[in-house]
Amino acid sequence: MSLYTPAASGADARRAVLSTSGRSKEQTPQSVLFIVLLWLSLLIGFVTLAVLLVDTFADGLSRLDGRLFTGYPSSRAEEAGARPAILGSLWVVGTTAVLAVPLGVAAAVHLEEFADRKRWWNRLVEINISNLSAVPAIIYGMLALGALALIGVQQKNIVIGGAIALAMLILPVIIISTREAVRAVPRELRDGSLAIGATPLQTTWRITLPAALPGIATGTILGLSRALGEAAPLLLLGGLVFLRFDPNGMLSQFTTMPIQIFSWTAQPQAEFHTLAAGASMLLMALVLLMNGAAIYIRNRYQKRW
Amino acid sequence: MPEPMPQVRDAIEIELEHHQQATRDVPDRPERAVLEVDNVNVYYGDYLAVRNVSVDFGHNEITALIGPSGCGKSTILRSLNRMNDLIVGARVEGPIRYWGQDMYAPGIDPIEVRRRIGMVFQKPNPFPKSIYDNIAYGPRVTGMSVASMDDHVEQALTKAALWDEVKDKLKQSAYGLSGGQQQRLCIARTIAVQPDVILMDEPCASLDPIATLRIEELMAELRDQYTIIIVTHNMQQAARVADRTAFFTAAIDPDTGERHGELVEYDKTTKIFESPADSRTEGYISGRFG
Amino acid sequence: MSSVSSTPTGRAITPGRSVGPPSGPPSGASFDTLEAGPPRSSDLRGRRRPGELIARGLLAGAAMLSVVITAGIVIALLVPALTFFEQVPILDFLTGTRWTPRFADASYGVLPLITATAWTALVALAVAVPCGLGSAIYLSEYAPERLRRILKPILELLAGVPTVVFGYFALLWFTPFLQDLGLEVGPFSLLSAGMVMGVMIIPTIASVSEDAMSAVPNALRQGSAALGANRMQTSLRVVFPAAFSGVVAAVVLGISRAVGETMIVTIAGGQMVQMVSNPLQQGATMTTFIANAALGDSRVGSLEYNTLFVVGLLLFLLTLIVNLIAIELVRRFRQEY
Repeated sequence: MSLYTPAASGADARRAVLSTSGRSKEQTPQSVLFIVLLWLSLLIGFVTLAVLLVDTFADGLSRLDGRLFTGYPSSRAEEAGARPAILGSLWVVGTTAVLAVPLGVAAAVHLEEFADRKRWWNRLVEINISNLSAVPAIIYGMLALGALALIGVQQKNIVIGGAIALAMLILPVIIISTREAVRAVPRELRDGSLAIGATPLQTTWRITLPAALPGIATGTILGLSRALGEAAPLLLLGGLVFLRFDPNGMLSQFTTMPIQIFSWTAQPQAEFHTLAAGASMLLMALVLLMNGAAIYIRNRYQKRW
Repeated sequence: MPEPMPQVRDAIEIELEHHQQATRDVPDRPERAVLEVDNVNVYYGDYLAVRNVSVDFGHNEITALIGPSGCGKSTILRSLNRMNDLIVGARVEGPIRYWGQDMYAPGIDPIEVRRRIGMVFQKPNPFPKSIYDNIAYGPRVTGMSVASMDDHVEQALTKAALWDEVKDKLKQSAYGLSGGQQQRLCIARTIAVQPDVILMDEPCASLDPIATLRIEELMAELRDQYTIIIVTHNMQQAARVADRTAFFTAAIDPDTGERHGELVEYDKTTKIFESPADSRTEGYISGRFG
Repeated sequence: MSSVSSTPTGRAITPGRSVGPPSGPPSGASFDTLEAGPPRSSDLRGRRRPGELIARGLLAGAAMLSVVITAGIVIALLVPALTFFEQVPILDFLTGTRWTPRFADASYGVLPLITATAWTALVALAVAVPCGLGSAIYLSEYAPERLRRILKPILELLAGVPTVVFGYFALLWFTPFLQDLGLEVGPFSLLSAGMVMGVMIIPTIASVSEDAMSAVPNALRQGSAALGANRMQTSLRVVFPAAFSGVVAAVVLGISRAVGETMIVTIAGGQMVQMVSNPLQQGATMTTFIANAALGDSRVGSLEYNTLFVVGLLLFLLTLIVNLIAIELVRRFRQEY
């Protein structure tokens, strides 16, 4: 179900098997057409990514300047900057990490190491997490809205509210990847620990989790990069505001980079579009960096056992 | 009693000579049983894997469990410190007593059992930590009060005959050690929690002959202080190191057609190899020495 | 005998506590002399480990939290929705073709939102399904391992692009591009939003279906090759059918993503609520409506405020059904091999 499952690879082996069937047969017109189509289908994704990157870069380069980092939103594009949005994103994603990582790892450890699979409630939890991972992001905004209303918070646009929504959004990502990482830790390590009288919890905490750390880090980074790029749930919490101050705490009002980009994109003037492109470059640089780091960690530590 | 073939006889004698050099003589029956297995059946789900095993393991003795694959010797071994609990569906029927106390009785804590009865596995399984931390792990998690962890680690490594090889790289990863060193590290790790009994499940199966020899020497050195129970496929190894040997085999139940492991014979190693009471033991040992 | 150890008994590892060799058969009370290890109780009975119990309870609690979240979603959506349905008959809601909650003559027919959602999803799938499956077949059956290790991460990077950036791209680059091609699209169109969304979904479909294809045993491929099939025939007639439930799961998950995606359609799809009959038109999807309604200042508890949650509930239920189908299909292909 996870998008980032490191799939078992064996195309080489398969190719070796299949290439024995002879070269000529692989070069019938249909076969050639087929592989061209396959290439094309891959290309569409890659070309779009390339065009998107180049276009945003070309549009936004002129505004990827100091003012983007230091300026506050303004009705005059040349003065406007994304400072509160950048700080807001850091606050919200930081708080999201504090909420989601311990909860996600704990849930994954329970399901993988302690839960009795035969119990119906544990199966329910598993199906539920699979479903939650595919619930539209915007729904989490509505849930956070409801939760804040329930505890009687009047100001819904606060850092902690946004963080709750995003934490719920990325919880399934963290749970699923942590479970995979924990499952990949060899049994023998656990046996070794248990055989010298460590309790199951000590074994999990001191042996299994450290060994699973690269996988957990991968999932966490991917989840947080998703939170960093996500706008929809925060829109519901009134994240589209004109802030002229820096967010400074959990209860501070905030806006984030994706929302700032959305706001600028929706303006009619081209100058704001340039600003949106500049901010997009910054956001994408961060998100792609995080994704790249996650993929690197995963590939680096994949075959440890 | 059928005589083994002459060349087999020679091989046995050579090994037993080693045995005599390495060991002291033991009484006919263990004077003090640290573990008493009393009419025990082990099930995996509905399948009766080992049936009706009774054996007393003597204190400060080395006992070898031998027999063909699937005879249940590893199953019995894993039952002796409740490692079988970790296998879903595994169930032990009948008492296994540790100093008279049934370790499968209600209220017994398997963690307490494993603190006294440690285990070394077929494949070396050091933790992905430094050599030092591999040893210190046990005392730390079991809450032992250790005056100086450095001294403790040194003594455990010394007893496992590993200290001289690793004393300059204690902070390096245990994965940098050779297979044989890793296995001795695992033994040191077990010793560090000061167990009473050490179970070894084919500890040399993945090692080369020289590393195997080191482990065997180590076992001989540890014999005075620990009770060691070892599962091995290697007859020579059993003959070299064990005070007593238990021979298991798999028998097909004529009624159900199922294979069950069972204990054939348990006696002093010299007796098992020189004059086994059961013809199945005889046949197995002759075949293995051939 | 003990040539290595300096201590004669070997049990004096812990300094300050030397214990002689055990003598005499130990009774239950005296066998702690065998235990050189400090704090050891004299028997095997369970020590109470309250910390362990509490910690395991917390872990279980964290897992159960996911159920609480789902319950929270249902409650948060259902309560306002029920209030809404007290005033608007459910049938009018589901079959009405006018959605004008802000008009004096308010009407609450959800079909315009559904048609817009359906068209964007359809367009998105028309792009994502062939491209995703093509990519999956290439990666699973054709790409040499080295190439695969480069291509797959790039595809995953595509999944990492923030949706708001896709929205920007759709509105300011892709829509003008479509216009340059001569298509009669306005500044906002569901076609543009849907196609860009389709590209966004390619990695989802490619990843899940590639997992399924990789899980097909090589023996099947060998059997096919032995019958003289070439790689294309093997891919299409053996691997693809064998991985079918996984492929369907991938498509179904893609549907779920397409229906729930918000930012691209809000930015590039237009905001006009209307019955959409072709994707060249603009239109407000369910998610567009929710996002826009949230931007407005509707009073908490008002009928207009509640519409937000009714549409949210509908969206949740639609994706729930689709997700459950996908989960079941994934479970099936995981079991098959």
